[in-house]
Amino acid sequence: MIPYLLRRFGQAALVIAAVGLVAFSMFRFVGDPVLAMVGQDATPAERAELRSALGLDDPFASQFGRFAANAMQGDFGMSLQHGRPVTGLILERLPATLELALVASLAALAAGIPVGVWAALRKGSRRAGAVLAGSLLGVSLPTFVIGIGLILVFSVSLGWLPSHGRGQTEAIGWWRTGLLGIDGWRHILLPAATLAVFQVALVIRLVRAEMLEALASEHVRFARARGLSERRVLFRHALPGTLIPVVTITGLQFGSLMAFAIITESVFQWPGLGLLFLQAIQSSDIPVMAAYLCLVGAMFVAINLLVDLACLAIDPRLRDPRPATAYA
Amino acid sequence: MKCAGARPLAALLLLAALSFLPWAGAGEAQARTLRVADQGDAMSMDPHSLNDGLQLSLTGNIYEGLTARGPTLELVPGLARSWRSTGPTTWRFELRDEVRFHDGAPFSADDVVFSLARAAAPGSDMRAYVGLVSRVRAVDTLTVEIETSQPAPILPEMLSMVYMMNRRWCETHGAEQPADKRKGMENAASYRANGTGPYRLGAREPGVRTEFERNPDYWGTIEGNVERVEFTPIGNDATRVAALISGEIDLMQPVPVRDIPRLEAAPRLRVRQGPELRTIFLGMDIESETLRFSNLDDRNPFRDRRVRLAMYQAIDIDAIIERIMRGAAKPAALLVGPGVRGYDETLDRRHPYDPEAARRLLAEAGYPEGFEVRMDCPNDRYVNDAETCQAIAAMFARIGVRVRLDAQTRSVYFPKILARDTSLFMLGWTPATYDAHNVLYNLMATPDGSGQGQFNLGGYSNPRLDELTRAIASETQDDRRQELIAQALRLHHEEIGHLPLHQQNLAWGMRGNVRMVLRADNFNDFKWISID
Repeated sequence: MIPYLLRRFGQAALVIAAVGLVAFSMFRFVGDPVLAMVGQDATPAERAELRSALGLDDPFASQFGRFAANAMQGDFGMSLQHGRPVTGLILERLPATLELALVASLAALAAGIPVGVWAALRKGSRRAGAVLAGSLLGVSLPTFVIGIGLILVFSVSLGWLPSHGRGQTEAIGWWRTGLLGIDGWRHILLPAATLAVFQVALVIRLVRAEMLEALASEHVRFARARGLSERRVLFRHALPGTLIPVVTITGLQFGSLMAFAIITESVFQWPGLGLLFLQAIQSSDIPVMAAYLCLVGAMFVAINLLVDLACLAIDPRLRDPRPATAYA
Repeated sequence: MKCAGARPLAALLLLAALSFLPWAGAGEAQARTLRVADQGDAMSMDPHSLNDGLQLSLTGNIYEGLTARGPTLELVPGLARSWRSTGPTTWRFELRDEVRFHDGAPFSADDVVFSLARAAAPGSDMRAYVGLVSRVRAVDTLTVEIETSQPAPILPEMLSMVYMMNRRWCETHGAEQPADKRKGMENAASYRANGTGPYRLGAREPGVRTEFERNPDYWGTIEGNVERVEFTPIGNDATRVAALISGEIDLMQPVPVRDIPRLEAAPRLRVRQGPELRTIFLGMDIESETLRFSNLDDRNPFRDRRVRLAMYQAIDIDAIIERIMRGAAKPAALLVGPGVRGYDETLDRRHPYDPEAARRLLAEAGYPEGFEVRMDCPNDRYVNDAETCQAIAAMFARIGVRVRLDAQTRSVYFPKILARDTSLFMLGWTPATYDAHNVLYNLMATPDGSGQGQFNLGGYSNPRLDELTRAIASETQDDRRQELIAQALRLHHEEIGHLPLHQQNLAWGMRGNVRMVLRADNFNDFKWISID
């Protein structure tokens, strides 16, 4: 088991290093950050001086080496655009994205589970079929269309909800939260709904499939036979078993939610990591882009590692060194 | 069984519906609070750290220069009451009495000495404006004498955007120099401010929200009635428009060209447009012996004036403005637009659109079959830039010049054309000094590596124009200077150094009860804004 763990950690480190290398080599093609750092009246000499002071003239290997050495100590350098440490910028923006992803996840569960159960109970009915077809639409519509559509309906036509920003936020230590006041909740509803649409569709289909299986199982039939009320059969005996895979999948999806919040954040001017990344691309802010990609890479690696370790704990076959290679 | 399944869903929907209701209307405007949105944000509150329009516009509400700009960009007194030239290379500025910084400290000549030195310090991006200043001396507490290394006839113009800071405040807060990104230093002046202007900086969250509060002790009059300003960057065009329509903001810019008619048709909303100082034009590689990005390997057609004239006459600018810009632009014959000092309306006459003549000219020049060339364009920098290039490519095709269009995002586009890896390109230029000399010096004069001709990316070169540019820089007599500028512009027009296109319109969208002054440089002075 120990060699397996070591191997998994080694692989995780390799993946992160590869992400860093790929990310960093891409930046050679995203443009010249110096252009965004000075105005049009700076002289060529001033530009050249700035470029060499920033080390942008150095060979690729030494630039990457410097970046990697600092990054391992948690220092991603200074944002060229903002003139502030990247780590600070990211910590400042992280709460917004985490809250958005969290609310979207919970909303997806809250909406997806009841509808999924309902669709399972109404299997074969026309309305359930329509809901399933509708959920397919939710999976296929691009995020920006959903976002703009929600803004059009709820902000422009109805005037119920704000179209952009986070609203009022309170500070709890370094964490600025928008979830303590009504204003913050009003602001988070539309972006969270946009982000949740895909998840809802996923949860509905998952819950429906699991529920159909559970309803046909022995213990539910036995519960019915005991004469328990239908509600008790459904919510105490059938549903809980279906929720384990649902929660697992939702957890796994949380990483993608955070990573793919970029478009949602730009549509709603949500001041999170995605928006920071997008602005960094526009101004060729290399340190911010590198830090963001490494962070996302690390997050996926961490989530996958956790899942693997959980499976390891559950499935004894994985602990046996010989077949382990076959299952890895 | 039926109830059990449907109930949670119904309850959820009801809960959702109920939860909206009490909140409706909570976003109504508070009286006298102006909510402004822009597509970007200032990078810093330091008035010397970045020579960028939005940054100087925002900080210009907090800080002020010795001179200032009026609604039509005319030069007006700022923190200096008056100024005069006391010698060929000296200027004397008389400061206003009774001006106080927001922290109560009086404004004096010593602050001017300090601020001009700060604007020239490493890390400052305003050095171009004070580059000619060689010495600044406080004659007494309210008089400053500025010496320049050569005659500087437009020094008062150049100082209108060099904002004054308080020496003691900067020293106490360790902000004697602008934050230097090279050394990775942060600086209190990046996110706090102590100016003399009509508005004080309130809370600021970079990229999220910046608040301004009216300065009750302002030395001048604030004509508008706005007490508080909330500034929010909203990058997405559709969201910014939606926020205006839904009443969450009172004022925003830019209005995307396609949304102008829609906003104008909406009740209680208005769009105000006016020509911008920026001129959009095409440049051609006139310098190279052979045209590098083309199918010709032994010559460069752009070196021939007839070919340049043919390209010029192939462009149907009225069609571009009508179809692509939807009327929100003004055709240009000069690289300086109305509002720029030195602009001359009588010279602003384009060579006529005439594709027949263009084909003849090409044949005369030895290209009866035309030629093929790559055209480089940004696709996210100017209003409908890539669309404009597409239309022009089609117009060139009609005279036989086959264009391979390469439209790219700005962060890739500009490094490429600044490295002069282009044969035909699009560029827009706003003279930062609002003076024609800046255009002559940057776009038309022969590149010499010092900064002259730095954006003359096609390498147009004419010794006569260089000479005129030098003369204009030091000519102190106004009408003589104007005559020199006219000569230079005429020369450039005759030789077709570039292909001017248009001045795009500024477009601000606002609620019907907002009154503002539209400045051609797109600066937004809160002190002139009123909410009725």
